[in-house]
Amino acid sequence: MRLIKVEYAYKIYKNGTTAVADLSVSIDKGEFVFVIGSTGSGKSTFIKMLYREEKPTKGKVIVGGIDVAKLRNSKVYKLRRKLGVVFQDFKLLPKLTVYENVAFALETLGLPNSEIRPKVLRAIEAVGLKEKTRNLPSQLSGGEQQRVSIARALVNDPKLLICDEPTGNLDPETSKEIVALLDKINKELGTTIIMATHDKELVNRMKKRVLVIEDGVLARDDQKGSYKVHESVKNS
Amino acid sequence: MKALRILKRSIRDSFKSVFRNFSLSMASIVCTTITLILVAISLFLTYNVRQVTTNLESELTIVVYFKGDVTEKQEEEIQNDMKTNPKIESAKLKTKEEWKAEMKKSSEEFALIDDLGVNPLLDSLIVKVQDVKDLNEVAEKLKKYEYVESARYGEGMVENIISIFDVLSYGAIGIVGALVLVTAFLIGNTIKLTIFSRKTEIEIMRLVGASNTAIKIPFVFEGFILGILGSIIPVVLSIYGYVFLYDQTGGYISTKIITLATPFPLVFWVSAFLVIIGSVVGMFGSWRAVRKYLKI
Repeated sequence: MRLIKVEYAYKIYKNGTTAVADLSVSIDKGEFVFVIGSTGSGKSTFIKMLYREEKPTKGKVIVGGIDVAKLRNSKVYKLRRKLGVVFQDFKLLPKLTVYENVAFALETLGLPNSEIRPKVLRAIEAVGLKEKTRNLPSQLSGGEQQRVSIARALVNDPKLLICDEPTGNLDPETSKEIVALLDKINKELGTTIIMATHDKELVNRMKKRVLVIEDGVLARDDQKGSYKVHESVKNS
Repeated sequence: MKALRILKRSIRDSFKSVFRNFSLSMASIVCTTITLILVAISLFLTYNVRQVTTNLESELTIVVYFKGDVTEKQEEEIQNDMKTNPKIESAKLKTKEEWKAEMKKSSEEFALIDDLGVNPLLDSLIVKVQDVKDLNEVAEKLKKYEYVESARYGEGMVENIISIFDVLSYGAIGIVGALVLVTAFLIGNTIKLTIFSRKTEIEIMRLVGASNTAIKIPFVFEGFILGILGSIIPVVLSIYGYVFLYDQTGGYISTKIITLATPFPLVFWVSAFLVIIGSVVGMFGSWRAVRKYLKI
């Protein structure tokens, strides 16, 4: 089943910069897709369009049946409730504990406490932080903080998890752990994962579908595991 | 149920936030307190000036004395003329007999008046105008009647006092209005600072799918709390301060004409007004400030 459908999407900023041009791609439910591209390639804009941080100037971006281009600012929450977003800088609230940070997402949705508690504990357990529920973000390592933000993104059982350079601030070893965690989530929960990254070594190792964005256009769309081959051909 | 839970959590979070961001909250509170004290002073001033003016105005009458040979019919004619004039509030006849009775009552010395045999006093008409500004015009008109001996109202001094108080009371209303605007601006700005420091929080709330309303409520409620906290000192000061002033002066300032308004229930009205201004302006300020961060 198709979860994301992007058709001839354009994003032209007010200053005239074309960040994304004529981009079409579709992603099925349960896929794990890497999005790679250098800084300024339009990769970030593409990712941001998926959760309606940016609105496409032209074309269609349909996520989980919602047409992002037509979504009014006041209705953005309807899309956001269907997906989770993980950032490079974690975006945790520094004054809340691990538990509170994860529960925050459900509290703003107005769920009763009796429902919040088990969901939060399950999400924290899923990312392996059961022992640290009462810690503040400042008492955690970078990798642990990223796990908290993944737990927060997952707590509402989204069908889609968007990760914008989730390992950008982490050392290689921790990055591996985080990607392994995402892989596990993808396999066990069936959550569709879209992950933007710079880390080519990691992409090669994981053998997943890879979207390459260059100068705002989709340069390549390599199915599972074929990316490495292409890359070596290009390099030789 | 869901909305209630969101509201309950919003209220809890706004209280938490007031204490967590204590220094910024203090800034908002202090700035509200100062401006509201100024508003309170202007309110008392306006109210008292207005009251003195109204008191003065209600005392102002034109006393018309008829000539001695006037007939009753002629008196009534003038009275009817006045009554049909839209500028006139009332026109009452007061005969010389009534004057005499009043004089005798006021002091025993006037008992001698009976010894005169004839009543030396004159019949009169007491005219009250709707607007004191018409005093002069009406008096001049009355003087033109054939049977009118004189028409007096304390010319000169009255006009001066009234115009001074008019300026004072309009000026004070202007000051209150300006202060309310300044308060709104200051509270709004301080809250903007508070909210700016919590941009990430709003961002995360949006990311996890909180609706705009759910995001706004805690901030608006926080503005409400800050406004209420900021109005505590002004309220206490106006109640105790005004009562103290009233007790100290005995209700009079310099002369017996200029009286202070009685403190109750005036102080309660002023207090209610201060609390309302503080809270509404606080809520409005936050609402405007947070709205800025909800636009993408």
